Amino acid sequence: MGDHSHGSPEESGTVAKADDVAQDRFPDPGLPPHRPRLADRDPRAAKRHERQVALLFTISIIGTLFFFVAYFVLGHLGEMTFAELRVQNAALGLGTAFAMLGIGVGIVHWAKTLMPDHELVEQRHEISSEKDRQDAVDIIDTVIEETGIKRRPLIRNTLIGAIALAPIPAIFMFRDLDRTGKTAHQMIEQMRHTLWDTGVRLTRDPSGTPIKASDVQLGSAFHVIPEGLENAENMLNEKAKAVVLLMRMDPQEMNISAGREDWHVDGIVAYSKICTHVGCPIALYEQHTHHLLCPCHQSTFDLANECKVIFGPAGHALPQLPITVDADGYLVAQSDFHEPVGPSYWERG
Amino acid sequence: MKALSKKRRHPLAAVALLLFGLLVTGSLYTAAGSVSEAKAADTTSASVTDVEEGQKLFVANCATCHGMSAEGTADGPSLIGVGAAAVDFQVGTGRMPMQMQGPQAQAKPVQFDDDQISQLSAYVASLGAGPAIPDEDSLDTTKGDAAHGGTVFRVNCAMCHNAAAGGGALTRGKFAPTLAGVSEKHIYEAMATGPQNMPVFNDSNITPDEKRDVITFLKTIEANGSAGGAALGNLGPVAEGLFVWTAGLGIIIAFTIWLTSRPS
Repeated sequence: MGDHSHGSPEESGTVAKADDVAQDRFPDPGLPPHRPRLADRDPRAAKRHERQVALLFTISIIGTLFFFVAYFVLGHLGEMTFAELRVQNAALGLGTAFAMLGIGVGIVHWAKTLMPDHELVEQRHEISSEKDRQDAVDIIDTVIEETGIKRRPLIRNTLIGAIALAPIPAIFMFRDLDRTGKTAHQMIEQMRHTLWDTGVRLTRDPSGTPIKASDVQLGSAFHVIPEGLENAENMLNEKAKAVVLLMRMDPQEMNISAGREDWHVDGIVAYSKICTHVGCPIALYEQHTHHLLCPCHQSTFDLANECKVIFGPAGHALPQLPITVDADGYLVAQSDFHEPVGPSYWERG
Repeated sequence: MKALSKKRRHPLAAVALLLFGLLVTGSLYTAAGSVSEAKAADTTSASVTDVEEGQKLFVANCATCHGMSAEGTADGPSLIGVGAAAVDFQVGTGRMPMQMQGPQAQAKPVQFDDDQISQLSAYVASLGAGPAIPDEDSLDTTKGDAAHGGTVFRVNCAMCHNAAAGGGALTRGKFAPTLAGVSEKHIYEAMATGPQNMPVFNDSNITPDEKRDVITFLKTIEANGSAGGAALGNLGPVAEGLFVWTAGLGIIIAFTIWLTSRPS
């Protein structure tokens, strides 16, 4: 390249001109000079590398043997505790790791230090000639001509129709994931309703014992399922919809909107445990801040304000279950939830 | 503490202390006469001297925030009716006396010896009925059912404390601590009293037997350790991801550099 530190813009060679093409090109630097490695010059170094490669392969052999020691000797001592199992797991993993690593590292070390390292130049294949290209085009034209697809539009159109319809069954197979045999409308209705109904008792999860209003002290949290859940059809699906968190806070601290005045029993409130974002169970209740936190995406709901969303991606407040006490003092639901539980869906409205 | 020790020499301090002592002793005697069986059972272990010693400790160490007669102030909640278990937990784990205001009181080296803690507990228990310190039988993990305890734990506790009891984050700087290394008694007391923002799990919610099962479960998983290798604090994808991105990718990069380097 020119020496740019001398001269001024008026002189040629400082600023590239249109006809000055040669100035833009780098000369081909060629290959760097071949540098012989230590092993090429010194037979003792070659011998040393040979031993190193052999050592790496030996490490691999030891790793494999170690695997079998761990598998048979550690593994068949009879009944294993978790601690022994952990030791065995670690030993199996280490044995396999060294068995593989020894071979891999050994081969690379062998290739790098002992195998020939002379540089080779291979030219690229010549780009196909115009004739080859024309031959390919001719083949395609012949195929189109021989099938007669242009002359027989009936065949062409039915083929297009068949190909267009063929993938649709695959999409419909997703319907088979629902095993209830219900229509789409019935399934949507199913999402609107839970096992909660007038007079259904609130019971403890998982024991199923009913809860007295007097059992619920200030600041406590009960994990609640509807009574009779264990006998329900599709028990797990019903549980996934109906789970409720029961908490008690000072009624003085609650902001209750019109129409919900009698939904609580002396500060005992029940809310759906299913997050309105993507349906994770929310039960991280902080008794002094009255915050309910969803562990999946940190949506935070304020119990003092009817579980309105105060942080995070959740779309709407948690549905409240209206509750009251029955003649025996047990907590019962007044009705089902007044809105569908869980995340929004198209038909939710 | 400083503000209190200054007020100690106030001319009215002696009068206030005398009045306070009279009031407490008086209400104690009234309580002792008319208390139900249950409450009497809660406080039988505490002698009158324990209560008096506990009161002295309370006034010297706790009253700044909780008020001279534990009625609560703007800086600290009322302790009337929290029970001996709450004091034993909060003071026994070093959470109280609090070192500084923050999102939540954290465990630190315990500030009192066992006698002082039991005196403090006796004093607070004498103010109103509350959960008592559990007896040996409720904490005996040889009698608990770890499998059932695991079920109860996963329903009631795992969402905050994590399925492997490794702890987890809550809102605005608060967190649920790890349960590894927490004594049986303190686990029981935490369930019974609901310290700080933890909800209360009273005996009608999780029975004493179930509490023992939960403790048995926690002690079992703690003794067994993680069957899948290094637990990385049992914190899940955050710790595991950090490990893989630094150690795992670091090893891959090191191998790549070695593969492409020229031997000497």
